Amino acid sequence: MRIIFKRSYNQDLRIAKHSGHFLWYGLLIALALAAPLMTDAFYIGELTRVLIYALAGLGLMVLTGFSGQVSLGHAAFLAIGAYTNSVLLGMGYSSFIAIPAAAVLSMLAGMIVALPASRMAGPYLAIATLAFAILVEDMIVKWDTVTGGNRGMAVEPPTFFGYQMWEPWQLYYLALLLLILGIFAVLNILRSPAGRAMIAIRDSEVSARSLGVHVTGTKLYAFAVSAAITGLAGALFAHYLQYLAPETFAILLSIMLLLMIVVGGLGTVHGAILGAILIGLLETGISIGKDLLPGAIGTLPGLEPLLFGAILVGFILFEPLGVYGRWVKVRTFFEYFPVYRKKAFKRQRAYLKTERMH
Amino acid sequence: MSDVIQLLLIGITQGCVYGLIALGFVMIYKATEMVNFSQGDLMMLGSFVAWTFVVDLGLGFWTGFALAILVMAAVGFLIDSVIVRRIIGQPQFAVIILTIGLGIIMRAAAGMIWGTQPLSMPTPFTGTSSIGGAIIGNERLAIIAATVILITGLWAFFRYSRWGIAVQASSQNQLAAYYVGIPVRVIYSSVWAGAAAISTVAGVLLAPITLIEPLNGFLGIKAFAAAVIGGFSSMPGAVVGGIIIGVAEAFSSAYFPFVNETIGFIIMLVVLTIRPHGLFERTHRKKV
Repeated sequence: MRIIFKRSYNQDLRIAKHSGHFLWYGLLIALALAAPLMTDAFYIGELTRVLIYALAGLGLMVLTGFSGQVSLGHAAFLAIGAYTNSVLLGMGYSSFIAIPAAAVLSMLAGMIVALPASRMAGPYLAIATLAFAILVEDMIVKWDTVTGGNRGMAVEPPTFFGYQMWEPWQLYYLALLLLILGIFAVLNILRSPAGRAMIAIRDSEVSARSLGVHVTGTKLYAFAVSAAITGLAGALFAHYLQYLAPETFAILLSIMLLLMIVVGGLGTVHGAILGAILIGLLETGISIGKDLLPGAIGTLPGLEPLLFGAILVGFILFEPLGVYGRWVKVRTFFEYFPVYRKKAFKRQRAYLKTERMH
Repeated sequence: MSDVIQLLLIGITQGCVYGLIALGFVMIYKATEMVNFSQGDLMMLGSFVAWTFVVDLGLGFWTGFALAILVMAAVGFLIDSVIVRRIIGQPQFAVIILTIGLGIIMRAAAGMIWGTQPLSMPTPFTGTSSIGGAIIGNERLAIIAATVILITGLWAFFRYSRWGIAVQASSQNQLAAYYVGIPVRVIYSSVWAGAAAISTVAGVLLAPITLIEPLNGFLGIKAFAAAVIGGFSSMPGAVVGGIIIGVAEAFSSAYFPFVNETIGFIIMLVVLTIRPHGLFERTHRKKV
């Protein structure tokens, strides 16, 4: 167990708390940088998808994990980012314009959603964001002069200074760069007053309000940041898919994003990344496993959603803190070795206390 | 003019189906303060179970219908007592994700068991009737009748019966309900059973109109919109919300096909923007 000797208040604000962080995260980045050298094109593609999911999950984590606002419509921001990026590229703009534009447009959409959404709570918010996603999907279908409607549209490769990046490993590095930038941005937001305000709202909106937190403004900010990051992921997702169709961004994608951050561990940056890795592994595993399983089981329709659903339910019931939460428990067990108590992580409320006022 | 009446009738019947599913949401939310995102999938499952009894086993419509209601009530009871109960006291969020997961499982399982091809089920409600110059299928009239009967029955149940009042009591204060000897756990599971049974009624009555297929579960989202317009804790509100959406859909598909699919959600978003807690709000905003 490491005991950190604190010499100044600023120490609490540092991103890397001690030298171990530098070592392990440095190694992780080195490994991520070296990964394309060690694998073939198929696995580079799979890894790229994991990075893109991680970025999208990070966006959702800001809203749902840190601010406590459930969004069932994040596929819409992914769609807005993806279509903005590919339409601009199709018009001949460079990625220097197209990718930031995807983030900005998605952010604006997020702020528009936030205006009514900041007054809603719980189920109302979930269903409103879901409706927003359905509206966006419908708009993509109907606005076919720009988006290609149900026919879909082909996506140009990322273009910098007139150079087109066709290779999978180039997209991998682009995604890695944006993910690392995204993580830094989120970590910095989290240690800023706005980030603290988000967490306060998540834990108790009433107490946050009574402590003088500007609840509406903070929610607006959370929506904007979340949508911008997810839009960025959408731009990359377009390049990964190379062909966009409206049904890609259906409800199931929103649910998958939510599943990802729940499985990974709500309320932690690690959770978004771990969740993406797990879902990526699962998807790859299913597509490989289908050929290995005996015919009747492998070709059953709905095998993938069934597994997704079962994993989602299993995690909510048995490990609501997700994979990262499990890791923290294991680590705590060893750090405090003989005195670890299971009850340290026990849920506190065992009965329902109404939030309504009669 | 008869066009308008025709559209109105079609809209009302469609809306009654949304309303019936929404009744399930509202019942569960009122009693346990949980939001059941798998209500539409319960309806879908109910219609498949009914199909198995009526068509596959050839038991006749009414017997099969009754058996399906019983089976689905048992399923609803078990969903609560085995799965959902475990997360009581956790944030709203956990319930939403849990029930979404359950819905996905039900949809996938139904696709595996009964296949993804639409199935049809014969019902005794055939032929047409004429109302004010508009012609309407009897299967649609049956939906309206069932909605009126159910909503009256439920209202009476919650207003006059001992159990109904016990449900209201445990919804207002769970701990206090325990103290005065109300079997809160049984009540919660029974509410889920009731909601599943109502969804089954909706599913069976809807079968002649849409056929039976796993994707019917997505109707639940529209029913959800209906419940939201109705304010989520008001049963008549849920049916009114359903009818608003149904009528709007019927008219928009005739006159504004551009927004045909989404009009319900647009109405819901407008309602939520103006009144963030629904039209028939029964609760007050938390103030500090």
